[in-house]
Amino acid sequence: MPDCLTTQLPLRLVGGLTSGSIYALIALGYTLVYGVLQLINFAHSEVFMGGSLAGLLALEALTHHGAQTNAIFLFVALIPGMLAGGVVAIALERFAYRPLRRRGAARLSYLISAIGASLLLSNIVLLWRGRNFENFPATVAPVPILTLGNVQIYNRQIIIVVAMLIMTAGLDIFVRTSRAGKGIRAVAQDPETAGMMGVDINRVITVTFLLGGLLAGAAGVLYGMFFGVTRFDVGFIPGIKAFTAAVLGGIGNIRGALVGGLTLGVVENVGAGCCGNQWKDVIAFLVLVGVLMFRPTGLFGEGVGAKA
Amino acid sequence: MSILELQDVHVSYGNIEAVKGISLTVDEGEIVTLIGGNGAGKTTTLKTISGVRRAAPGTIVFDEERIDHMPSHEIVKRGVCQAPEGRRIFPRMSVRENLDMGAYSQKGTPPTEDYERVFTLFPVLRDRLSQAGGTLSGGEQQMLAIGRALMARPRLLLLDEPSMGLAPMFVEKIFSIIREINEQGTTILLVEQNAQMALQTASRGYVIESGEIVLEDRAAKLLTDERVKKAYLGEA
Ligand SMILES: Nc1ncnc2c1ncn2[C@@H]1O[C@H](COP(=O)(O)OP(=O)(O)OP(=O)(O)O)[C@@H](O)[C@H]1O
Ligand SMILES: [Mg+2]
Repeated sequence: MPDCLTTQLPLRLVGGLTSGSIYALIALGYTLVYGVLQLINFAHSEVFMGGSLAGLLALEALTHHGAQTNAIFLFVALIPGMLAGGVVAIALERFAYRPLRRRGAARLSYLISAIGASLLLSNIVLLWRGRNFENFPATVAPVPILTLGNVQIYNRQIIIVVAMLIMTAGLDIFVRTSRAGKGIRAVAQDPETAGMMGVDINRVITVTFLLGGLLAGAAGVLYGMFFGVTRFDVGFIPGIKAFTAAVLGGIGNIRGALVGGLTLGVVENVGAGCCGNQWKDVIAFLVLVGVLMFRPTGLFGEGVGAKA
Repeated sequence: MSILELQDVHVSYGNIEAVKGISLTVDEGEIVTLIGGNGAGKTTTLKTISGVRRAAPGTIVFDEERIDHMPSHEIVKRGVCQAPEGRRIFPRMSVRENLDMGAYSQKGTPPTEDYERVFTLFPVLRDRLSQAGGTLSGGEQQMLAIGRALMARPRLLLLDEPSMGLAPMFVEKIFSIIREINEQGTTILLVEQNAQMALQTASRGYVIESGEIVLEDRAAKLLTDERVKKAYLGEA
């Protein structure tokens, strides 16, 4: 047995669950939007980037005024990060997709519009902030707080996993029980009938983008805390991986996004342990290709978004 | 006093005109039926009243207000709700959630008496509250579709072929329930292929063929009309 599957395994699992949690948070946005519109929001990676940048700016503003950063600041950064994610997501819907929907445009138009919006947003940030990585002010200093066998689990990793679990559970409860959540599910199952029952479809779509944006914004801040950097293209790789996670779990399915994210994180981390770290992205994309070829409906089949 | 008035309504799918300038009125408290064969334009007419399709051109007035440019959720708010063709139950929602969807336009949790009204008309639904809508039988789905529309507390209820696919005994039952709903004060516009039952239930009727109204009269008159007998009542 190679040691990546024995002695190294616990370490890789913990690392995988950490990055997998970030993928899951982003993947929820892909899945929610797909559920109501049968549309892949390929500009979602910029929502993540926007959240991470807003978190950075908030922290910089605070440290600039001489504040000593500490763990509380993470929560202070999460709020503007999530709000920025929500705003970017709603703006995308409003300006990149709604005009196409009004005209009943073809599928391909949405994809082109998404790519255009994505390039526009990342280039605005490139011009504004430059091309270098910016350091994310340290909030939570890494401290190992748990030892499982031979691995140390750091406080930051626990924060990420727990934050993801709380947000996913909150989303699940919202979608199952709130009035707006019922509207989201009704539009996902049968938009025309939902309208005939009094659901304002445009409003439901806005709320859906908002929810996905809040979660991706949070992911952007958590990513900044963990990896310590951000810049204009920070969303690119996590965005594609989260898309992979959503497809892996069964796009349109909320629990699928959670399981898909964690699974992808673990698979790429364990795989990287066996083949070398430079193979990590390759492994993730092989998963994407494999799922699309052999099980395009993902682990859980189609969920919220499937027609009867 | 007419509660609903369609004036010269045209509806097209692409460049095919499915409804070619129909006019009709429904008075407060009435049951009016719209009968016609396959593809005549009945469903298109109801969808246009509900705002899912657009009248172009044409005017639709509900309760003295033009509704032909309103989005469907605004129309529901004003008191028009529909049990659509093919039931269109939300398959992965429970019976209770489907009923709640009917009440979506009424902000807040629906009052108990609204559920009770539905359960009195359709007692089976009470026993199936947590069952997924998609697993109900066809007849149960039809009851749920009507019950769901009633949860909106409509002043005008649109029914699109409520008897479709039901056993004959059950057809009688559905029509007696339609009468009961009407007696409780709800105006009804009933689309049907079962012309016999529809004309026995309604006070007035319109016959639609290829997107045009070809006949309109009191229902009792239409029942004895030679053309109606021949084309829709299966009599020689
Ligand atoms: N979505 C659509 N796209 C194109 N044509 C349509 C569409 N829906 C209906 N039509 C056409 O419009 C015409 C009227 O259809 P409609 O469904 O209103 O008929 P109907 O009277 O309800 O018939 P049935 O009794 O069979 O339900 C038909 O010729 C139909 O093919
Ligand atoms: Mg029809």
